[in-house]
Amino acid sequence: MKFKLLTSVAALALSAIAAKAETGLIVGIQLEPPHLDPTSAAAGAIDQVLYSNVFEGLTRFGPDGSINPGLAESWEISEDGLTYTFNLRDGVNFHDGTDMDSSDVVFSLDRARAEDSANAQKALFAGIESVEAVDPLTARVTLSAANGGFLFNLAWGDAVIVAPESIDDIKTLPIGTGAFEFSNWVQGDQIELARNEAYWGTPANLETATFKFISDPTAAFAAMMAEDVDVFYSYPAPENLPQFEADPRFEVLVGSSEGETILSTNNKMEPFTDIRVREAVAHAIDRQAIIDGAMFGLGTPIGTHFAPHNPDYVDLTRNSQYDPELAKALLAEAGYADGFTTTLKLPPPSYARRGGEIIASQLRAVGIETEISNLEWAQWLEEVFRGKDFGLTIVSHTESFDIGIYARPDYYFQYDNADFQQLMEDLTAETDPETRSALIAQAQTIISNDYVNGYLFQLAIATVVKAGVEGIWADAPTQAVDLTSVRWTN
Amino acid sequence: MNISRNIAIGAMLSGVFTIAALVSFVWIPYDIEALSIAERMRTPSLAHPLGTDHFGRDILSMIMMGARTSIAVAFVAVGIGMGFGVPLGLAAAAKRGSLMDELIGRGNDLVFAFPSLLIAILITATFGPSALNAIIAIGIFNIPVFARLTRGAALSLWKRDFILAARVAGKGSAHISVEHILPNLSNLLIVQGTIQFSLAILAEAALSYVGLGAQPPTASWGRMLADSQTMISLAPHLALFPGMAIVLTVLGLNLLGDGLRDFFDPRLRNAEK
Repeated sequence: MKFKLLTSVAALALSAIAAKAETGLIVGIQLEPPHLDPTSAAAGAIDQVLYSNVFEGLTRFGPDGSINPGLAESWEISEDGLTYTFNLRDGVNFHDGTDMDSSDVVFSLDRARAEDSANAQKALFAGIESVEAVDPLTARVTLSAANGGFLFNLAWGDAVIVAPESIDDIKTLPIGTGAFEFSNWVQGDQIELARNEAYWGTPANLETATFKFISDPTAAFAAMMAEDVDVFYSYPAPENLPQFEADPRFEVLVGSSEGETILSTNNKMEPFTDIRVREAVAHAIDRQAIIDGAMFGLGTPIGTHFAPHNPDYVDLTRNSQYDPELAKALLAEAGYADGFTTTLKLPPPSYARRGGEIIASQLRAVGIETEISNLEWAQWLEEVFRGKDFGLTIVSHTESFDIGIYARPDYYFQYDNADFQQLMEDLTAETDPETRSALIAQAQTIISNDYVNGYLFQLAIATVVKAGVEGIWADAPTQAVDLTSVRWTN
Repeated sequence: MNISRNIAIGAMLSGVFTIAALVSFVWIPYDIEALSIAERMRTPSLAHPLGTDHFGRDILSMIMMGARTSIAVAFVAVGIGMGFGVPLGLAAAAKRGSLMDELIGRGNDLVFAFPSLLIAILITATFGPSALNAIIAIGIFNIPVFARLTRGAALSLWKRDFILAARVAGKGSAHISVEHILPNLSNLLIVQGTIQFSLAILAEAALSYVGLGAQPPTASWGRMLADSQTMISLAPHLALFPGMAIVLTVLGLNLLGDGLRDFFDPRLRNAEK
């Protein structure tokens, strides 16, 4: 009897473990979100946890970067491209039970584009003239000028639909319409989500999803090996990937990301104000050595600020091919025959820290001395991004289609070119796909010819997944770990 | 027998690394600032006796340059500790019970009360990570060690007859401290200095390990360890050699310190005989 009881207890325990394994998923990510409002901060970690899982926009990114219908079932665009009429899905509720209707769309978009808005990507909404609710399930957006990228803009995590009822507490208690609802945040450790049983669309397969924050590469390796996490999004140490690939317990997904990794150059600081100096830097860099040395071969060389997997990409790497002799000649021409000294400020990721040491060595070979300082993210944001106190820095720009930052003279690398700014305005107003492609190619060429920054490589994103997990995105068209269609196959 | 063996092994181990550091000023096998990515993570061979690291740098050269960093940091840091700590300790002992003695004593307690590595991290994080700031941070924590040691030992000397004789002869306390007390403390200070030297090497390695010590491209054993951490299963020698360098140097200095203490202590020396 006792034996029977024990075995049944054991069987129960086993089935409990099995059941847990099949309905919950633990995802490791590198950084903890500073708060949980995707509409008021640039931190990618917020979108990684919440995009599509908790919050949805009118449109959404698909796994391949395509723009799909989200909360808007369909839309009509007027002849002149100025008026977008969105037909919202019926029966969509926020997690607190309130209806999602056109008034929420008006509220969300008006809040994002308001004068005092804290939205990190206000430029996405800059062309909106008015947003109105035609009826509860129809919202109409009027633009001041045609914008061929408007539906794309609305798919960003910064453009998700939020409710006025829950906006006050959104930073700690995010209320969205997604397939998962927020359940708990253990600061410094993890965020837990639970399946939204009243979801309007196909419900999620997973009952729970937990995001664990593990920034240390060694800890990430240990956690994955011990199977403490089921998925590690954007795995931080590329040198460990062959080991995971060789292990039947895991699968490694290597995809393209939107991360253009660049040697950002302070265009307003001597001697980088001289285009010849910037060109010299570009020719002093051996991209392949950086990709091999810092990323263990993961990454695609780029010659401009654009993702190679985008159909409009122009390969301009030859424009800045590795040629140290040419670099020295250019420096001499610019009056720096004996070189100069500048700062190289590096944020924590290994592409920056390791890449920085390699670049420092390559620059030294042509006479440019760099003083390396390793900074934490908060310091980097303060000193480099906001303070603009740097000569060179290395960072990956992970927003999709972000070439527009070159039209912002106050952006941290301070590139100020009126022609380029005009070109970006033309691009925004243009809706014809072919003309748009031509303009985009032109924009890529301008910044490449101006050697605004050192263009290094497109960051590959490696996600380590436990065998039996299906539906994790390999590519990262936006910073998201979309779990809505993830399931266990065993 | 035992004493001399400790000294011999200790002197040999610390001597090897000191010589490596000195040699690095005139010659190293390979330039460590020129990376060759194609040559990375080679296992030990004739061309590279200790292999190459993840950037293709020769590990032997890195360890030699790292020895220079470690020894330079430790030397200056202990120098700061002695330079400030010993005079403070002498002054406190000379004016025993005075306000100054009290202030120095409580000042020491204050510094001792903080976990030293945490404060070192605080200092380097506030003023920016660099070898110089690491030296200052480590140096500050050496001050009370020497101040206390000096005061304690000096106090017992002050009660001795030959000091009394010097006083009767009309010498001032500053004079006595320098001329009679300090020479009698030198053995003690050498022993303590050796131990502190090994602790300073450890502290520098720890600070560099967390990224707050010497910055690249300056070689540092601690940073070599940190860099090779995620590659430990791929190329264990990347972590093994700098780790060994730290262990052997610190062990050598400790043996040397122990041996010297025994050697200088007449009671222990006689007991052995």
